[in-house]
Parts: sequence; C-alpha cells; structure tokens
Amino acid sequence: MKTNFLMLHTITRIVAFIILSFSVFLFFAGHNNPGGGFIGGLMTASALLLLYVSFDLKTIKRVIPFNYSTMIAVGLLIAIATGLNSFLFGDPFLTQYFEYYDLPVLGETELTTALPFDLGIYLVVVGVALLTILTIAEDDA
Amino acid sequence: MSTLHYLVLAPFIMAIFVPFFYKWFRNIHTGWFVLILPTVLFVYLLQYLPVGGPMEPLQLTVPWVPSLGINFTVYLDGLSLLFALLITGIGALVVLYSIYYIANKKDEPLNNFYVYLLMFMGAMLGVVLSDNLIVIYVFWELTSLASSLLIAYWFHKEKSRYGAQKSMFITVTGGFSMLAGFSLLYVMTNTFSIQEIIAQAGTIINDPLFIPAMLLILLGAFTKSAQFPFHIWLPDAMEAPTPVSAYLHSATMVKAGIYLVARLTPVFGGTAQWFWLLTIFGLVTLVWGSVSAIRQKDLKAILAFSTISQLGLIMSLLGLGSAAVHYDVANVDMLYATAVMAAVFHLINHATFKGSLFMVVGIVDHETGTRDIRNLGGLMTIMPITFTISLIGLASMAGLPPFNGFLSKEMFFTGTLNATTLDIFNVSTWGFLFPVLAWIASVFTFAYCMIMFFRTFTGKYQPEKLKKEAHEAPVGMLISPIILASLVVIFGLFPNLLGYTIIEPAMQSILPNLLAEGDRFYVNIYHWHGLNPELFMTIGVVLFGMLVVLNLKRWQETTFFLKERDPLNRVYDSGLDGLIAGSQRVTNFQMTGLLRDYFAFMMIFMIFLVGWTFIQFDALSFESLAMFNAGEVTPFLWVITLVLIAATLTMPFIQQRITAIIVVGVIGFLVALLFVVFRAPDLALTQLLVETVMVVLLLLAFYHLPELRREKFTPRFRFTNLAISVGMGLMVTIIALSVHALRQTAGFDPISDFFVEASVPLAGGYNMVNVILVDFRGLDTLLEVLVLAIAALGVVTLIKHKFKGGEDV
Repeated sequence: MKTNFLMLHTITRIVAFIILSFSVFLFFAGHNNPGGGFIGGLMTASALLLLYVSFDLKTIKRVIPFNYSTMIAVGLLIAIATGLNSFLFGDPFLTQYFEYYDLPVLGETELTTALPFDLGIYLVVVGVALLTILTIAEDDA
Repeated sequence: MSTLHYLVLAPFIMAIFVPFFYKWFRNIHTGWFVLILPTVLFVYLLQYLPVGGPMEPLQLTVPWVPSLGINFTVYLDGLSLLFALLITGIGALVVLYSIYYIANKKDEPLNNFYVYLLMFMGAMLGVVLSDNLIVIYVFWELTSLASSLLIAYWFHKEKSRYGAQKSMFITVTGGFSMLAGFSLLYVMTNTFSIQEIIAQAGTIINDPLFIPAMLLILLGAFTKSAQFPFHIWLPDAMEAPTPVSAYLHSATMVKAGIYLVARLTPVFGGTAQWFWLLTIFGLVTLVWGSVSAIRQKDLKAILAFSTISQLGLIMSLLGLGSAAVHYDVANVDMLYATAVMAAVFHLINHATFKGSLFMVVGIVDHETGTRDIRNLGGLMTIMPITFTISLIGLASMAGLPPFNGFLSKEMFFTGTLNATTLDIFNVSTWGFLFPVLAWIASVFTFAYCMIMFFRTFTGKYQPEKLKKEAHEAPVGMLISPIILASLVVIFGLFPNLLGYTIIEPAMQSILPNLLAEGDRFYVNIYHWHGLNPELFMTIGVVLFGMLVVLNLKRWQETTFFLKERDPLNRVYDSGLDGLIAGSQRVTNFQMTGLLRDYFAFMMIFMIFLVGWTFIQFDALSFESLAMFNAGEVTPFLWVITLVLIAATLTMPFIQQRITAIIVVGVIGFLVALLFVVFRAPDLALTQLLVETVMVVLLLLAFYHLPELRREKFTPRFRFTNLAISVGMGLMVTIIALSVHALRQTAGFDPISDFFVEASVPLAGGYNMVNVILVDFRGLDTLLEVLVLAIAALGVVTLIKHKFKGGEDV
C-alpha cells in the first residue's frame, strides 16, 4: 500500500518558508531585539529539518545541494576574518565597530561588524545541526 | 631586527625554500643550494673575530614578550662566537660532504633531510647567540626535535626509530628540568637575561633556591651532552646518516650542554657543588666512555663512545676550571684557569678531529658496505687518502704530537695536576684521583684509537666479507675531511693562531671576573714544556696503551668484550616498558567504554573541584535561607515549578525509552516557559529551538538503539549513582544559595549592570544578550562554535569511518 503524505507535504511547503523567513528576520533583528546568529541558525536548521522529515533525504538533497561541512568551515572563516579585521586598525582581536548610516530605502541604518561575525555563527550552527543529524540519519549500519 | 637576528633566523627562512629547490631543480642535488647558507654565515661571522685586544660583547634586543621579560636578545661574545663559527663552519663542511654521501636518488627524501638540518642549524645558532633563558630553552628543544628527526631520517629502520625516540625522551626530559631551573633563576633574580643574572651572581649564592636551580640546569646540560648515566642515547643516535652524526652528535649539538655550563659558570662557578658535580660526572663519563669504546666492533659505535668520553673530558675541565671563580686574585687564578683554557681548546680540537673521523668512517661505510671492524682490514693501499686522514685524526685523538690533540691532552693533564693543589672544597682528600682517572682514560683512548686504525687499515683485506668492492671515495666526499684534517695539523703546529682570536675571548666570557677592565687573557700554547710530569704521563699512556692493544686477543673472548651494549640500556628499556605497562593499566581502569562511567568521573571531579574551591575561599553561606524572601509567586509559576519537579522525579522510574524522551522534552519546554516568565526571550527561544532539534536527533538515534534491557544493578552501583546525583544537586543548590547570600552581604554590583549600561554606547546594540555574544564575549562565542564544529566532525568521523575491526589504531 502506498502511503500518502499529502497533508503533511502541503503544510510543510508553506510552513517551512514561513519559518525560514522568520529565521532570517531573527538573524537581522538580533542586535536590538531577541534573535541573532545562534537562534536564527537554529531556526533555519529546524525549518530544513522539517523538510527532511516530511520529504525524503534524496529529494531534499537535490533541492538544497549544500555541503554542510563546507558551510561550517566558511562560517568559522567568516567569524575569524571579522576578528582579524580589527588588526588593520591596530585594535585587539575581535574588536567590533559600528556606525549609523543614512541608506536609501532603509533610512537611517546601523551597520556593524558584529553582523558578519554573527553570520559566521549562523552558518556554523546551521551546518553543525544538519551535518550531525543527516550523518546519523544516513547511517544504515 | 639586526643582521645578527636575521643570521639566527636565516636557516629557518632557507628551510622554507628547500622543498621548492628539491621539486623544481630535481637534477641538481638540493645540498648545493643549502651549502651557500652556512658558508655565507661563516664568512660573515669571521669579521667579528677580534684582532688584538679583548673582544667587546655585542648585545642587540628585539622585544618578543616584553611583559614577561622575554626578549629575543642576541649576545655575541667570545664564547658564542666560537660556537657560532663551529656551527656554521662544520655545518658547511657537513653539507658539502652530505651531497656525496646521500645520493640524489628518486626515492631519497632529500628535502626532508635538508629541512631538518637547517632547522637544527638555526636552532643551534639560536641557543648560542641568545641572551634570554626562555629563548634559549625554545631553541634548545628545537635542537632536540631536529636531532630526533634526523636520527629517524631512514625511518623504515626499526633501530632508527628506537634511537630517535630514545634521544628525544632523554634530551627533552633534561630540557624540561632545565626550564624549571631557569624559572628558579627568574624567581631569584627577576630577570631572564643571562648577563643581568651574572651581574647578580654574588647576591643569589645564598638563596635556598640556588642549589635546586643548579641541579635542574645541570640535568639539562648533562642529558644533552651525553654525560654518564644519560649518555646511552648517543650510541643509538648513530643510526642517523653519517653527516648528521658528524655534525650533531660530535661537533655541535652534544656540545650545547657544554656551552650552557660554560655560559653559566660566572653564575654558579666558585661553589663547591658546581665544582664537584661537573668534575665527578665529567671524569666518570670520561673513563666510562673510553673503556666502553674499546669493546665496540662498529666503527661508528667506537666513535660514539669516544665522543661521550671526550665530552666528559671537557665537562670535567670546566668543573676544575670553575674553581678559578672562587678566588679573585689574578695570579692564583691563572693556575686554575688553565683548565678552562684546555676545555675551550679541546672543544675546537675535538670538533676538527672527530668531525674528520666521522666523515672517514662514513666513507669506509659507503665504499665497503660495512662498518664492522671484524670484516674490515687492509684498506691502507686501497684507500690511501682516507687512510692518511684517519691517521691524522686518530693520532690527534690519541694525543700524539705534533697534532692539536696532543696539545690539549697535555693541557688537560696540567689542569688536573693543578687542581690537586687546590686548598678549597676538600680537594686535598680526593684530589689525587683527578690525574689518575685522567691518565687511565687516556690509556684506553689511546688503545681504541689504535684498534680503529689497525683493524681498519692494516691486516688482511677480506673482500669476501664486504658488501662492495672497496675503492677510494670520490673527490667531493674527501674535501671536507681533508679540510678538517689539515686544520688538525695547522692547529697542532701553530696553536697560537687560535690563542688571541678565539680562545682568549671565549675564556673572557667564561671567567669574566678574573679580568680587570680592558685586560685580556694571555694564551700561549707550545709543544715543549720540558721534562715535566705531563710528558711522562703521555709516555706512560703510549706504553700502557700499546700493552692493552697487544693483549687484546687474550681478553677478546671474555664476557666484558662480547657484550657491546651499555648495561645502563637495560634500565632505560625496562623503564620504558614499565611506563607503557603502567599507563596502560591507568587507561584500562579509566576507559571502560561505558558512557555512564565517564559521566560519573566528570560529575565526581566537578563536585570535588567546585566544592573544594568554595570551601577553600570560605564562600559557602546559608544566610539566604534565613532571609529568604519568597516575594510574589504567581499561581502560574507555582504550576510550572511543580510540574517541572514532578517530571524530574518520575525520570528514574521510567522503563521505556520513548517515554523517557517525552518526559525530558517536557522538562525542556517547562524550563523554556520559566525563561519566558523571567523575561528572557532569547534564552526561551534558544531553549525551544534546541528542544525541537533535539527531539529529531533523539528520534533518529532511537532508530539505532537496541531494546532497552532491564539491567540488574548491584546495590553498590545504585548507591554510588545516588550519591553522585545527590552530591551534584546539593552542590548546585548550595552554590546558588551562597551566591545569593554573598550578593546581599558583600554588596557586589551584579555584572549585568555593566552590560545594561555599556551595550548601547560601546557596542551599539539594544539586545544585551546578543551584544554579549558577538561583542563583549566574542572570543568565547568563536571558540564555542569551534567546539561545535569539532564535535560535528567527530560525529562524521565516528559514523562515516567506522572501524571494521583489525585496523591498526
């Protein structure tokens, strides 16, 4: 008998994107409101996990062809590079800078080096969560 | 950074390019490129030789870790110049020799060889040119590392690996102890600079740490310089390619210990302990090495033991000479300073004749395929040049005129004879032993030189026992030993060439307090001293040495002769075995393979560590119980807390895994709710998300887990677990109470105040939690995600690369 996951699939398609967009919001909101790289990363990871759980591994791998171990490495490199950046100005490792700019469309916006650092954290968290879970899931021994 | 700093770093920089030379110029032997460096350095260093008058020390500082007093200070005086010249000079010759010794074959990792060699050269230059003890220590360990890598150059041979490991263990143990000694010196003087320590030498002599510091540093020097009983690594180090043996294990590295002793003589010299330790260890090593050498059958082993004994000789001379520091009257001192002069002179001579002998042995090995004296013989006519070089080298080592070895041996006898007249340190009781032991050792030295000579070059040529048809070596291979052998002759005939150029400045740095400002030592070395005791001692050495050689046949079958290996090796081997067995026992006890055991270890450790810290600092307090002010607890909070407690209490009684997972989930979500109540949205969000991801993870793991079996636990096991969990709970509760109480009584401001105030002006963010994560404690976050990444990689490794059984772990 062929099982039918129509309801689950339909809902997942909608919900996953709501979660994903919320996670992006969380990531950017982090500096002034609840959120940030860690939480955003976990949220993204759970959205992707939902996809993996309701569809099968193969399908999703084709749709989202990320290499999660590379993602971890890239995340760490971004975080470290932001830290090293402060050497250019003769400041200690990981000194963060921020400044307010008047940008078109967005209005007055705060730009901060904490954001790329947070992006690194975000990538590592997503990568670690998914790499761990997928590796265990793929293990058929 | 001055030129001298770059001089120390140059070999390291060169080492970076060696692999490229090796790869791009495959047809040219990599050695030719490497050869340029030591030659240039040697020529550059020559300009510092003083021409008349005392040498002015040169001191140049580059800060490294100034806050800890660690600076890369180059200090160039007579002693460092002598060693630097030896390192670069012999280094150049050895590189040249190695070009012919190690052929440029396809599978020969020449790049490795020269990278290690350059690393050694740089490290050694660093040791002798640094003034800072910590910098010296760093370079010192680098020489050990390089030496061990070079010994294991032919790592497919088991003996090479054994020798490399042994030398590493012994010298690094010494290095550690030396570091401890340096630290004690720092405690006493508050500086790591040797020159500043020397300036304080008079004041630290009565410090209770003075003797421990001396002992620890001497242990480092003795292990490096292969003094009895630590010498056992040197014969095994002979597994290295012969150029390496000639360079590291006779001319330079093993003399690092001598260098250190000479360098620190102004600090420790003049005390009875320093005098006796150096003299006794030196003399014992001298005798032990020379006696062991005559029973060796391998040419390189003979040279190894001979090196040990010669190092002992130099060490004992430094010991005897250190007595000169005791007096401050110049004319008395010169009598004992002879010993130091002999030490410096012999150090140079030893490098020349032993270097050439090692190279000659390498040639014999290379051209005949064996180094066993039982198989060799009659090479005199086949290899005439090699024969001549060996004759010069061996005659010098045996102490025959007119070579330089004769001169330094005579001076050695003079030194020991002078020392018997000392009226300090109770020398009058045992002092007569100095010349006696020196004489005995010289007899054996003479004997093994003769054995080496006659067994290799005279007698019958036995081609059937050789692996190759013997013939003379190529010219390139002969250049280096010829240069060294001619130095043996030149220094023998014109010893005063060395006098004012290098021996006097070196003595000046070993015994600075004997000289008035601007004064210098006057070194005059000559062959004929008249009919004095030294001459008769030499004649006696020759006669008795001959007797030993002639009667050798009679003793050859005794067990003493048949056993080549040093008996002390047994101590090392069984010690190593014991160490492995012991650590295995510890590991077996601890690594049970059960996660719950590891968990128990961690918990117990934490309970004791944190508990002990709290008791130690008297931070335990139960006052908050007394002033407990419940405040307003809403019914909602009551419900959450009660359900939380109830859920936790049911955990131990759950039999099914799925139920356990659900209950753990319940606990997690309740905690998240608590965070919401206490207005911590970030924490609540994180907790919720972690719980969600965790459920997926657990479900996946669940699929792989076997059926939960009902285990029978012994009461003892249950009791231990109960004790641990109760202990942990109690500890956390007490800490929470104490922290609360302390905050009330001590009046500390909570740390959150700082973040509340600073997060907007300093980091431009209104979300304090996130600002802490990415800014104030950014490094913590960085390292945490690093840990996460490593954990993920661990999971991948464990699952994707499972052991199938039978792998070599």
